[in-house]
Amino acid sequence: MPTAIGERAPDFELPATDGERHALSAEGAPATVVYWTCNHCPYALAWHERLLDVARDYSDRGVRVLAISSNDPERYPADSFEAMVERVLQEGGWPHPYLYDETQQVAREWGAERTPHVFVLDSGLQLRYRGAPDADYDDPSQDAAWLRAALDAVLAGREPDPSETQAEGCTIKWKPSRPVEPA
Amino acid sequence: MLREAMAYRGLDPDLIEVSEVDTEAAARRHEFVGSPTIRVNGVDVQPPVEGEPTGLACRVYRRRDGRTSPLPDPEDLREALGVAAHR
Repeated sequence: MPTAIGERAPDFELPATDGERHALSAEGAPATVVYWTCNHCPYALAWHERLLDVARDYSDRGVRVLAISSNDPERYPADSFEAMVERVLQEGGWPHPYLYDETQQVAREWGAERTPHVFVLDSGLQLRYRGAPDADYDDPSQDAAWLRAALDAVLAGREPDPSETQAEGCTIKWKPSRPVEPA
Repeated sequence: MLREAMAYRGLDPDLIEVSEVDTEAAARRHEFVGSPTIRVNGVDVQPPVEGEPTGLACRVYRRRDGRTSPLPDPEDLREALGVAAHR
Protein backbone atom coordinates (compact mmCIF):
# COMPACT_ATOMS: atom_id res chain seq x y z
CA MET A 1 0.00 0.00 0.00
CA PRO A 2 1.36 3.44 -0.88
CA THR A 3 2.10 5.80 1.97
CA ALA A 4 -0.96 7.67 3.20
CA ILE A 5 -1.04 11.32 4.16
CA GLY A 6 0.19 11.56 7.75
CA GLU A 7 2.22 8.35 7.59
CA ARG A 8 5.98 8.28 7.75
CA ALA A 9 7.47 7.93 4.30
CA PRO A 10 9.47 4.77 3.56
CA ASP A 11 13.23 5.10 3.89
CA PHE A 12 15.53 4.74 0.94
CA GLU A 13 19.13 5.14 0.03
CA LEU A 14 19.85 5.59 -3.66
CA PRO A 15 22.77 6.51 -5.90
CA ALA A 16 22.73 9.94 -7.49
CA THR A 17 24.32 11.67 -10.44
CA ASP A 18 26.72 13.47 -8.09
CA GLY A 19 28.43 10.16 -7.34
CA GLU A 20 27.06 10.02 -3.80
CA ARG A 21 24.38 7.88 -2.23
CA HIS A 22 21.55 9.82 -0.62
CA ALA A 23 19.25 8.53 2.11
CA LEU A 24 15.88 9.99 2.97
CA SER A 25 16.75 10.13 6.64
CA ALA A 26 20.36 11.25 6.28
CA GLU A 27 19.92 14.63 7.89
CA GLY A 28 17.41 16.74 9.70
CA ALA A 29 15.37 19.21 7.70
CA PRO A 30 12.23 21.19 8.58
CA ALA A 31 10.66 19.88 5.36
CA THR A 32 11.69 17.55 2.56
CA VAL A 33 10.48 17.46 -1.03
CA VAL A 34 10.84 14.21 -2.95
CA TYR A 35 9.66 14.26 -6.52
CA TRP A 36 9.69 11.74 -9.31
CA THR A 37 10.92 12.96 -12.65
CA CYS A 38 12.88 11.65 -15.62
CA ASN A 39 14.74 12.83 -18.69
CA HIS A 40 12.30 12.06 -21.46
CA CYS A 41 8.83 13.00 -20.21
CA PRO A 42 7.54 16.25 -21.71
CA TYR A 43 5.48 17.03 -18.61
CA ALA A 44 8.54 16.63 -16.39
CA LEU A 45 10.50 18.84 -18.75
CA ALA A 46 7.77 21.46 -18.78
CA TRP A 47 7.78 21.64 -14.95
CA HIS A 48 11.55 21.18 -14.60
CA GLU A 49 12.66 24.79 -14.11
CA ARG A 50 9.82 25.49 -11.69
CA LEU A 51 10.92 22.59 -9.50
CA LEU A 52 14.55 23.67 -9.57
CA ASP A 53 13.41 27.17 -8.58
CA VAL A 54 11.61 25.74 -5.55
CA ALA A 55 14.81 24.00 -4.46
CA ARG A 56 16.76 27.25 -4.81
CA ASP A 57 14.12 29.44 -3.18
CA TYR A 58 13.65 27.24 -0.10
CA SER A 59 17.26 26.20 0.45
CA ASP A 60 17.91 29.03 2.91
CA ARG A 61 15.02 27.74 5.00
CA GLY A 62 16.67 24.34 5.23
CA VAL A 63 14.26 22.52 2.92
CA ARG A 64 15.78 19.43 1.39
CA VAL A 65 14.84 18.44 -2.17
CA LEU A 66 15.51 15.07 -3.81
CA ALA A 67 14.54 14.12 -7.37
CA ILE A 68 14.20 10.46 -8.30
CA SER A 69 13.95 8.71 -11.65
CA SER A 70 12.52 5.20 -11.57
CA ASN A 71 11.92 4.67 -15.28
CA ASP A 72 12.99 1.48 -17.04
CA PRO A 73 16.16 2.38 -18.95
CA GLU A 74 15.98 -0.71 -21.12
CA ARG A 75 12.88 0.52 -22.89
CA TYR A 76 13.66 4.21 -22.39
CA PRO A 77 17.41 4.70 -22.87
CA ALA A 78 17.03 8.46 -22.42
CA ASP A 79 16.30 7.67 -18.78
CA SER A 80 19.41 5.58 -18.13
CA PHE A 81 21.64 6.53 -15.23
CA GLU A 82 24.36 7.55 -17.68
CA ALA A 83 21.90 9.84 -19.45
CA MET A 84 20.86 11.33 -16.10
CA VAL A 85 24.48 12.13 -15.29
CA GLU A 86 25.00 13.67 -18.73
CA ARG A 87 21.87 15.78 -18.46
CA VAL A 88 22.80 17.32 -15.13
CA LEU A 89 26.26 18.09 -16.46
CA GLN A 90 24.85 19.68 -19.60
CA GLU A 91 22.52 21.82 -17.53
CA GLY A 92 25.38 23.09 -15.40
CA GLY A 93 24.32 21.22 -12.27
CA TRP A 94 21.08 21.04 -10.35
CA PRO A 95 20.45 22.61 -6.93
CA HIS A 96 19.52 19.20 -5.53
CA PRO A 97 20.50 15.54 -6.05
CA TYR A 98 19.07 13.47 -8.91
CA LEU A 99 18.64 9.89 -7.68
CA TYR A 100 18.27 6.66 -9.60
CA ASP A 101 15.79 4.02 -8.40
CA GLU A 102 16.99 1.13 -10.53
CA THR A 103 14.80 -1.54 -8.97
CA GLN A 104 11.72 0.74 -8.96
CA GLN A 105 11.10 -0.43 -5.40
CA VAL A 106 11.10 3.08 -3.96
CA ALA A 107 8.51 4.28 -6.48
CA ARG A 108 6.28 1.33 -5.63
CA GLU A 109 6.62 1.83 -1.88
CA TRP A 110 5.83 5.52 -2.16
CA GLY A 111 2.97 5.08 -4.62
CA ALA A 112 4.62 7.28 -7.21
CA GLU A 113 2.77 7.01 -10.48
CA ARG A 114 3.76 9.84 -12.78
CA THR A 115 6.47 12.26 -13.73
CA PRO A 116 6.41 14.64 -12.11
CA HIS A 117 4.86 13.37 -8.89
CA VAL A 118 5.63 15.53 -5.87
CA PHE A 119 5.74 14.50 -2.20
CA VAL A 120 6.23 16.91 0.72
CA LEU A 121 7.32 15.61 4.12
CA ASP A 122 7.48 17.36 7.45
CA SER A 123 10.43 17.35 9.87
CA GLY A 124 9.42 13.89 11.06
CA LEU A 125 9.39 12.63 7.44
CA GLN A 126 5.63 12.20 7.57
CA LEU A 127 3.84 12.71 4.28
CA ARG A 128 1.94 16.00 4.18
CA TYR A 129 1.32 16.64 0.47
CA ARG A 130 1.23 14.51 -2.64
CA GLY A 131 0.38 15.50 -6.18
CA ALA A 132 1.25 17.99 -8.90
CA PRO A 133 3.54 21.01 -8.55
CA ASP A 134 0.75 23.31 -9.72
CA ALA A 135 -2.37 23.36 -11.85
CA ASP A 136 -0.89 23.70 -15.34
CA TYR A 137 2.29 22.33 -16.88
CA ASP A 138 1.83 24.76 -19.74
CA ASP A 139 1.80 27.91 -17.61
CA PRO A 140 5.19 28.76 -16.08
CA SER A 141 3.60 31.67 -14.19
CA GLN A 142 1.96 29.09 -11.92
CA ASP A 143 5.43 28.76 -10.40
CA ALA A 144 4.78 25.45 -8.62
CA ALA A 145 2.17 27.22 -6.50
CA TRP A 146 0.66 24.07 -4.97
CA LEU A 147 4.06 22.76 -3.95
CA ARG A 148 5.08 26.14 -2.53
CA ALA A 149 1.81 26.41 -0.59
CA ALA A 150 2.32 22.93 0.83
CA LEU A 151 5.87 23.78 1.86
CA ASP A 152 4.81 27.06 3.42
CA ALA A 153 2.15 25.22 5.43
CA VAL A 154 4.55 22.54 6.64
CA LEU A 155 7.18 25.11 7.59
CA ALA A 156 4.52 27.01 9.55
CA GLY A 157 3.38 23.84 11.30
CA ARG A 158 0.05 23.71 9.46
CA GLU A 159 -1.58 21.02 7.36
CA PRO A 160 -1.43 21.75 3.64
CA ASP A 161 -4.82 22.37 2.11
CA PRO A 162 -5.29 20.51 -0.12
CA SER A 163 -3.03 17.74 1.03
CA GLU A 164 -3.47 15.86 -2.20
CA THR A 165 -3.90 16.83 -5.87
CA GLN A 166 -4.02 14.82 -9.06
CA ALA A 167 -0.55 14.28 -10.48
CA GLU A 168 -0.40 15.02 -14.18
CA GLY A 169 2.28 13.65 -16.44
CA CYS A 170 3.65 10.56 -18.08
CA THR A 171 3.24 7.32 -16.20
CA ILE A 172 6.36 5.90 -14.62
CA LYS A 173 7.78 3.45 -17.13
CA TRP A 174 7.67 0.18 -15.23
CA LYS A 175 9.86 -2.72 -16.17
CA PRO A 176 7.90 -5.43 -17.95
CA SER A 177 6.67 -8.14 -15.63
CA ARG A 178 6.52 -10.56 -18.51
CA PRO A 179 9.12 -11.42 -21.14
CA VAL A 180 9.69 -8.58 -23.60
CA GLU A 181 8.28 -9.33 -27.02
CA PRO A 182 10.81 -10.57 -29.56
CA ALA A 183 12.54 -7.93 -31.67
CA MET B 1 -6.66 20.66 -29.71
CA LEU B 2 -6.70 18.87 -33.07
CA ARG B 3 -10.45 19.17 -33.39
CA GLU B 4 -10.20 22.90 -32.68
CA ALA B 5 -7.46 23.32 -35.25
CA MET B 6 -9.47 21.45 -37.86
CA ALA B 7 -12.53 23.57 -37.17
CA TYR B 8 -10.34 26.67 -37.48
CA ARG B 9 -9.32 25.51 -40.96
CA GLY B 10 -12.90 24.69 -41.93
CA LEU B 11 -12.19 20.96 -41.88
CA ASP B 12 -14.49 18.30 -40.49
CA PRO B 13 -13.10 17.07 -37.11
CA ASP B 14 -14.91 13.79 -37.65
CA LEU B 15 -12.29 13.00 -40.30
CA ILE B 16 -9.77 12.36 -37.52
CA GLU B 17 -8.60 8.76 -37.45
CA VAL B 18 -7.25 7.57 -34.10
CA SER B 19 -4.83 4.63 -33.99
CA GLU B 20 -3.50 3.08 -30.81
CA VAL B 21 0.11 1.96 -30.94
CA ASP B 22 0.54 -0.39 -28.02
CA THR B 23 3.54 -2.59 -28.79
CA GLU B 24 7.14 -1.91 -29.66
CA ALA B 25 6.67 -3.93 -32.85
CA ALA B 26 3.76 -1.71 -33.88
CA ALA B 27 5.83 1.38 -33.07
CA ARG B 28 8.57 0.18 -35.39
CA ARG B 29 6.06 -0.72 -38.11
CA HIS B 30 4.44 2.71 -37.98
CA GLU B 31 7.71 4.60 -37.39
CA PHE B 32 6.05 5.86 -34.24
CA VAL B 33 8.36 7.96 -32.08
CA GLY B 34 5.97 8.69 -29.25
CA SER B 35 2.53 9.71 -28.13
CA PRO B 36 0.81 11.75 -29.34
CA THR B 37 1.86 11.70 -32.97
CA ILE B 38 -0.34 13.70 -35.32
CA ARG B 39 -0.02 13.16 -39.05
CA VAL B 40 -1.92 15.14 -41.66
CA ASN B 41 -2.29 13.11 -44.83
CA GLY B 42 0.55 10.98 -43.52
CA VAL B 43 2.88 13.90 -42.76
CA ASP B 44 3.94 14.51 -39.16
CA VAL B 45 2.96 18.01 -37.96
CA GLN B 46 6.41 18.32 -36.39
CA PRO B 47 8.57 15.73 -38.14
CA PRO B 48 11.00 13.97 -35.81
CA VAL B 49 14.70 14.44 -36.31
CA GLU B 50 16.38 11.81 -38.45
CA GLY B 51 17.33 8.75 -36.46
CA GLU B 52 14.94 9.45 -33.59
CA PRO B 53 14.20 6.01 -32.14
CA THR B 54 10.74 4.53 -32.42
CA GLY B 55 9.01 3.34 -29.28
CA LEU B 56 6.21 3.72 -26.79
CA ALA B 57 7.57 6.91 -25.29
CA CYS B 58 5.90 10.16 -24.42
CA ARG B 59 6.68 12.62 -27.16
CA VAL B 60 8.42 15.91 -26.49
CA TYR B 61 7.33 18.81 -28.68
CA ARG B 62 9.05 22.15 -28.95
CA ARG B 63 6.71 25.14 -28.83
CA ARG B 64 7.39 28.17 -30.99
CA ASP B 65 8.50 30.09 -27.90
CA GLY B 66 11.10 27.41 -27.16
CA ARG B 67 9.27 25.68 -24.33
CA THR B 68 8.94 21.91 -24.24
CA SER B 69 5.47 20.46 -24.23
CA PRO B 70 3.65 17.14 -24.48
CA LEU B 71 1.57 18.66 -27.30
CA PRO B 72 2.56 20.41 -30.53
CA ASP B 73 2.27 24.14 -30.80
CA PRO B 74 -1.30 24.97 -31.91
CA GLU B 75 0.15 27.20 -34.62
CA ASP B 76 2.17 24.30 -36.03
CA LEU B 77 -0.99 22.24 -36.07
CA ARG B 78 -3.02 24.90 -37.87
CA GLU B 79 -0.18 25.47 -40.32
CA ALA B 80 0.12 21.77 -41.16
CA LEU B 81 -3.62 21.53 -41.68
CA GLY B 82 -3.59 24.65 -43.83
CA VAL B 83 -0.85 23.30 -46.06
CA ALA B 84 -2.66 20.00 -46.44
CA ALA B 85 -5.99 21.68 -47.17
CA HIS B 86 -4.50 23.64 -50.07
CA ARG B 87 -2.72 20.74 -51.74
